Amino acid sequence: MLITGRTLDQGATVEEKLTEEYFKAVSYVELSEEDFNALNLQEGDRVKVKTDFGEVVVFAKKSNLPKGLAFIPMGPYANQVIDPATDGTGMPQYKGVKAVIEKTDENVKSVKELLEAI
Amino acid sequence: MEVNVVCTFCGSVCDDGIFDTEKFKTKRLCKLGSSKFSKKERIKSPMIDGKEVSYEEAIAKAAEILVNAKRPLLYGWASTVNEAIRLGIILTEKVRGVYDQCASVCHAPSILAVIEEGLPAGTLGSIKNRADVVVFWGCNPMEAHPRHGMRYSISAKGLLVKDRKERKVIVVDVRETRTARQADLFVQVKPGYDYLVFSALRAIISGNADVVPDEVGGVSKDKLIELADIMKNAKYGAILYGLGLTQSRGRDRNVENAIKLIQLLNRYTRWVILPMRGHYNVTGAGEVPAWECGYQYAIDFSRGYPRFYPNEFSAVEVLKRGDCDAALIIASDPVAHFPKEAVKKLKEIPVIQIDPFPNMTTLVANVVIPSAIYGLEAEGTAYRMDVIPIRVKKIIDTEYWSDEKILEELLKKVEELMG
Amino acid sequence: MMLHIKNGIVIDPKNKVIKEKMDIFVKDGKIVEESEIKKDECKVIDATNKLVVAGGVDMHAHIAGSKINTGRSMRPEEMRPVRSKANKFRATVGRTLLTAPAIGYEYAKMGYTTAFEAAQPPIGALHTHEELDSIPMVDKAALPVFGNWHFVLKYVAEKDLEKLKTFIAWALERTKGYGVKVVNPGGVEAWMYGKNCRNLDDEVPGFNITPREIITSLIKAVEELRLTHCTHIHCNNLGNPGNYQTTIETIKLASGFKNDKRPVLHVTHVQFNAYAGTTWRDAKSGAEEIAKVVNKMDNVTIDMGQPIFGTATAMTGDAPFQFTLHRLLGAKWSNKDSEVEGGAGIVPLVYLPKNPVHALQWAIGLELGLLIDSDKVVITTDYPNGGPFTEYPYIMAMLMSKKMREKELERVSPYVQKATSLPAIDTEKTLEEVIHMTRDLPAKILGLENKGHLGVGADADIAIYDINPLEIDPSNDYELINKAFRRAMYTIKGGEIIVKDGELVKEVWGKTYWVDVRSKVELEAIKADLEDYFKYYSVELQNYGVEERWIRMPERIVL
Repeated sequence: MLITGRTLDQGATVEEKLTEEYFKAVSYVELSEEDFNALNLQEGDRVKVKTDFGEVVVFAKKSNLPKGLAFIPMGPYANQVIDPATDGTGMPQYKGVKAVIEKTDENVKSVKELLEAI
Repeated sequence: MEVNVVCTFCGSVCDDGIFDTEKFKTKRLCKLGSSKFSKKERIKSPMIDGKEVSYEEAIAKAAEILVNAKRPLLYGWASTVNEAIRLGIILTEKVRGVYDQCASVCHAPSILAVIEEGLPAGTLGSIKNRADVVVFWGCNPMEAHPRHGMRYSISAKGLLVKDRKERKVIVVDVRETRTARQADLFVQVKPGYDYLVFSALRAIISGNADVVPDEVGGVSKDKLIELADIMKNAKYGAILYGLGLTQSRGRDRNVENAIKLIQLLNRYTRWVILPMRGHYNVTGAGEVPAWECGYQYAIDFSRGYPRFYPNEFSAVEVLKRGDCDAALIIASDPVAHFPKEAVKKLKEIPVIQIDPFPNMTTLVANVVIPSAIYGLEAEGTAYRMDVIPIRVKKIIDTEYWSDEKILEELLKKVEELMG
Repeated sequence: MMLHIKNGIVIDPKNKVIKEKMDIFVKDGKIVEESEIKKDECKVIDATNKLVVAGGVDMHAHIAGSKINTGRSMRPEEMRPVRSKANKFRATVGRTLLTAPAIGYEYAKMGYTTAFEAAQPPIGALHTHEELDSIPMVDKAALPVFGNWHFVLKYVAEKDLEKLKTFIAWALERTKGYGVKVVNPGGVEAWMYGKNCRNLDDEVPGFNITPREIITSLIKAVEELRLTHCTHIHCNNLGNPGNYQTTIETIKLASGFKNDKRPVLHVTHVQFNAYAGTTWRDAKSGAEEIAKVVNKMDNVTIDMGQPIFGTATAMTGDAPFQFTLHRLLGAKWSNKDSEVEGGAGIVPLVYLPKNPVHALQWAIGLELGLLIDSDKVVITTDYPNGGPFTEYPYIMAMLMSKKMREKELERVSPYVQKATSLPAIDTEKTLEEVIHMTRDLPAKILGLENKGHLGVGADADIAIYDINPLEIDPSNDYELINKAFRRAMYTIKGGEIIVKDGELVKEVWGKTYWVDVRSKVELEAIKADLEDYFKYYSVELQNYGVEERWIRMPERIVL
């Protein structure tokens, strides 16, 4: 289950979106220790996150999440894969999307590259 | 020279900041606030299709785009002041466009819930002074509103609650956040199950614990009863909630159920509920249109009068369906924060951007108009998350035009073109 | 710009002009002597055989501020009806709740030129001013609420009249407010503990004082400061059967005070506080008893708070009452506990003619308007609590016509027949009386010397209506009256014609009045108290309040 949301680093760079700091702040997914190890990952590895709505390559990070829960900071990477349906409210489903995550060798696109691909 | 500064980042709108004009840094503000007031890359000059032009030329081009569009979308507004927002409404009405603001992808479900149930709230000062129980539900202020706890809700010292020890802090979330680590009690809920947990609490508090199963949403019945007891025995409690409720399955229904819980609790003791608004003036971006044209977001003026319908007129929907043919984006970055289906449309239509800083929307904008930073270079009125008006200050001079000035000139130009 | 209003039939009670054919001259926004204008340079308005009066003065309406806006936000169903599309003027929407532009335009079309926001939460003062400044056409002001403000409660407890006066002066300047409004004194502080103060001698939790002491102290302070407007009170125990006695007790607190220029106490929307009986099952009208007391006193005025059948929205600073209403009706409910100052609550309502309770309320409002001397009662609906201010013409027509009342009584619940004296009241107020109740009487109570009348020196706020006061018979022609007062033939604001034949012709912006009485006190005296107690606020003392330059057209009245 994938959720997305705010972090301090993302917020601190939210007005500098074309910088390296912002890129670092939003281009990763947090996984539980169990899931991280189950995928044979090391810090700095990349994973591909796939949902019914799209896919995105991001860096993987270990965190204290419960097993089965993944977190991507709000931003352009998260928005490749969340559910755009708003159920009549205008609000897409940014939190709570089923995702499949697998290790990958593909590179993480820059913010500009992401935009070009849309 | 050190001067008082009112922070213009998050919905806490801390007004006790200090800005050192020589060193160009702030004291007392959190990481988010100090980044707001730090030197960053600015959009250097107004631009049309990448070419540097004057303000007047950029505004003339923007007016042309808006007037020629059948249905322009004017979106953003959450990080600018009321004076600008008011001009934005008048402008949107003039060009028969759609007004939508950042709450659309944030607390819009709260607005919808208020329509169903009302909002039993209190100001942050009431919480600081009286709340002996504070529940953070689906929000993480330590990362999104870092000084909120020390100023208003966790360690803040108040009239009746003189100490952190006199206050019980509870966090309900799907994961153990930084805020959860500050809490006296952390309740972990399964993602998407908050609605059921609220129903269970309502059942227990109204004396119907027997209908509650042994486990609801990943929370044991014992834990629910413990939580319900704490809530019922509070002298004055507050639920502060965030996007965990509004962006998850159920959205506005989650908030409605939370409000119904508060209504019930008020029969036994005193409770309030308050949304943790994200931007320093997203509240204003909803309040100003409410008094100018009756609604808070997703407002269409194409028939010459305001119509409110989130399903059709919110920015994400309007972009996904292709119901707009031009966009004015101000004080916001939808290219970074909208789902990619909506971003696709922004790449296709003419986009005007008004913002101090280059962001992802700048990459798709045809006309870019750089503006002054409110709270530092321009003053105006903002509403804190509890709808308290606070005036943000002008501390240094700048060559950049304020949003208010840009919109004033834009409106004039549009009126000229429309005859 | 000079105006010559020719041959109108003028009713100007303040200057003792009753139905006289008279010309009115306007120059530079003021009413002037004929000698000051050049007749050939004037724009002439032919008012032959038409009624010419001062623009209306609405002294109590909830038109601007946080709770008004929350009311709109939570009731899009009320905002949906479209009144006008955008053209030369703004689009306007709203059934009984209106947007800010709609409020200004509707007042103007009805011939009203001054409107006061009845209850301004002090910390939200800037929001009130922002909304007031989004209301075009009318001159305006706001009344900050004092009756549950901790500083007031402290000084009342300490029996320190000097500090109380000083605080009022400080507060009026910081809020850019006009006068002292009191709402359910002590009761809203009690609500912070889930309680209320229904009776004048109930204890206010945490302060060891009573509503009686709060009200008396505030009246004393206001009178010693000689503010232009008297203490303006929304009584304790609002909305409960039997409460008429609390109202009478409150009214009597004005005894012993004297003021030559204006009353000493104005009790607002008395209809909501005029119920006899013990529960809603046996509730009846307490209007007669209240009327007797008010008529005997020479220093108290009231306003009606008339319910109008249809939708309405209850919004007041009386937070505990609003919660009670929510429980009673099962309706959605908003609440706002406000720092250490007070609170507010909002609940949607509807008044149905066949509902015995609603019909009772409707009848009581009219009883008050009819039984009380026209010199002591102002027409209001406590907008939007009773109904929209756009229905003032309905009330005016009803007060002047027994026939119209009889017709209305046929369609309302028969409960009013035995629960009120309305069917038996034969009184038909005259045209000059209802003009008095909507123009110079509210202006006098507010202390606005240049409003509500057409004497030389008055502001040129004038309304001309399409009725001939010399020929019309309000007792029978109530439909004409009701219609004519809805759409002025001309509305003139500050010498500018803003409405013609009931339609807007020009948009203007009014002034915001506020009262500066700081010269009568020593602000230093409370400085230490402010600095100390502000630790309980969530904003800095240095950032508290409204600066004049943030207001569109502030008009400082220095006392």
